[in-house]
Amino acid sequence: MTASSLSSERYNEDIVRAFVIASVFWGLAAFAVGVFIAFQLGFPALNLGLEWTTFGRLRPLHTSAAIFAFGGNALLGTSFHVVQRTCRTPLFGGRAAAWFVFWGFQLFIVMAALGYLEGVTKSREYAEPEWFNDLWLTLIWVMYLAIFLGTILKRQEPHIYVANWFYLSFIITIAVLHVVNNLTIPVSVFGSKSYSVFSGVQDALIQWWYGHNAVGFFLTAGFLGIMYYFIPKQADRPIYSYRLSVVHFWSLIFLYIWAGPHHLHYTALPDWAQTLGMVFSVMLWMPSWGGMINGLMTLSGAWYKLRTDPGLRFSVTAVAFYGMSTFEGPMMSIKSVNGLSHYTNWTIGHVHSGALGWVAFIVFGALYYLVPVLWKRQRLYSPRLAAYHYWIATLGIVLYIVSMWVAGIMQGLMWRAYDEMGFLQYSFAEVVVRMHPFYLMRALGGVLFLLGALIMAYNFWRTARGELRHEAEPVSRAAVTSPAE
Amino acid sequence: MRFLSHKFLEQNAVLLLIMILVTVSIGGIVEIVPLFTIETTIERVQGVRPYSPLELAGRDVYVREGCYLCHSQQIRPFRDEVERYGHYSLAAESMYDHPFQWGSERTGPDLARIGGKYSNDWHVAHLANPRDVVPESVMPPYAFLAERPLDLDRLADHLRTNRIVGVPYIDEMIANAKADAVAQADPAADTAALLKRYPGAATGGFGGDPSRITERDALIAYLQMLGTLVKFRDVSPDALRQ
Repeated sequence: MTASSLSSERYNEDIVRAFVIASVFWGLAAFAVGVFIAFQLGFPALNLGLEWTTFGRLRPLHTSAAIFAFGGNALLGTSFHVVQRTCRTPLFGGRAAAWFVFWGFQLFIVMAALGYLEGVTKSREYAEPEWFNDLWLTLIWVMYLAIFLGTILKRQEPHIYVANWFYLSFIITIAVLHVVNNLTIPVSVFGSKSYSVFSGVQDALIQWWYGHNAVGFFLTAGFLGIMYYFIPKQADRPIYSYRLSVVHFWSLIFLYIWAGPHHLHYTALPDWAQTLGMVFSVMLWMPSWGGMINGLMTLSGAWYKLRTDPGLRFSVTAVAFYGMSTFEGPMMSIKSVNGLSHYTNWTIGHVHSGALGWVAFIVFGALYYLVPVLWKRQRLYSPRLAAYHYWIATLGIVLYIVSMWVAGIMQGLMWRAYDEMGFLQYSFAEVVVRMHPFYLMRALGGVLFLLGALIMAYNFWRTARGELRHEAEPVSRAAVTSPAE
Repeated sequence: MRFLSHKFLEQNAVLLLIMILVTVSIGGIVEIVPLFTIETTIERVQGVRPYSPLELAGRDVYVREGCYLCHSQQIRPFRDEVERYGHYSLAAESMYDHPFQWGSERTGPDLARIGGKYSNDWHVAHLANPRDVVPESVMPPYAFLAERPLDLDRLADHLRTNRIVGVPYIDEMIANAKADAVAQADPAADTAALLKRYPGAATGGFGGDPSRITERDALIAYLQMLGTLVKFRDVSPDALRQ
């Protein structure tokens, strides 16, 4: 797998390095803002009495930074790396086109972020940027598709590798979702405000058709592309099952798009649409686990590498979290479960088991592999620091999701509790008070996750500078249990 | 036979792209298109009207500040929710909402029927510092809204844009946008024309200085009308069938 007929100088690696740096930078920003707004819910004085620092303005900053700035830069960067290597050809369109996409995407992020602080938002969750920035992103995205597809078309390999199917489905589907969901009419071409062309119930379903498939195609299909390249690379094993990858690819992309209505259970959305959304969400469990099995089983015969390769440890744990989240998701989409979980912190916990456990960990795994490769280093500056990162971040995730599970289920049960006289037992404010310890526990989880990422950034910095920390090689089980020659 | 094999797709990038596009389009088309064509999607109830210019401006503040991130506007048909918040939400009640504000999270309570539940003075105090009236609250203070004058001259443009996306604002409403906003915010104003155009609008000012209408006045005007348009006493169960 490692053999390449091209010398790596022919590939455009500058652009991949730039995306790696951007992803780490924005990741730290996203985690830091997340920690800050988590503390705001515990201590409202942290809203600081300023309009720019209220929870309402900062929350889109956190979600967009995490999804699009951290995740997006990781996806663009890894896709450019993977498509060049698996097609054995440099990027289509030359260096200028790739750099245009890079800087254009960073400009989109900065414009969105500054806009949020000023209150420039369409209020569509995970699609908050206003019309002018949406148009700009559309242009960048078309360029991105042209480079990616163009590279595949001029490939030196007969087959298109499975990772590229996932990247391609991510790029195309996000384009469709972005264009339809963001159809708005601006009040003035000189102002930022616009009004959605859809209203009420139709607007709600279109938004959640977008919102759920931002999860399905941005946060899942794209990152499965990462899984399908980097896990075989790290494990030095081929994909477990080619047939499974075919079946789970097509069934995943077909089923995912139907699942949006499960965000609107028991609302004014007609029942038939809710039921359809629920049924397809439950079915989605199977292709999701198909992907998980394909990822985990790729390690058959290479499990011992988990001892020595902290990057692989991140990747494998990511796939395990993926399996857990994609079980929890279908369960929460069942109407009777959703009746309890919806509007509560359980949803926040579920999102973060996917966002931290799956998305961030699969990115960390890929980055720990990529940084030494891209900077032409023998290994990471310190595998031991990477191991610390792994355990600190994992502990952070556990604190996060456990606190939100407890808080969410407690909230749902308290809202619907009746006393023996037949009255609602708790006022809304009484439930808010009970959230306090869990908000703090969640914030602590976030602090640990951020701390881990800082350790990673430091490790990458030293690695890029070409330094090696002197560390004893971890003892592998094979060396202990195998008879000496 | 070659065309039936997946290997064929794996060797034709453009075909792969088209197949992906077809595969991901089906679900969205089946679920979304009927919402525009099935007439019963929106219940036939009386009373829902476009927002008055001041309410619309308040709604824009609500959107801008990200209120939907912590407050839903969608009451589910559960016993506890109906007792806590009021009649479950209808699709008709958000038919002029561009965009919808149903929300996804209740860090704070649902606001679909907050209109008329608290006095203007309560809202003024609550927005200045929520903990002055609800000690348990974790909501940010919005005192700055009282410092920001409302841009009255742009209201007509906002109504006009809403008309483009389908809200039935008539010429008379657009022509009187500024006058209606001023009348709604002023306790001393003659509101007959306003109420004729926007039946059921809350009048009499919203706790601010009528000579200097602020974003806070607009936001409170919006909050005070939320969920008040449909009179459920007059609604037959048949009209609620979707």
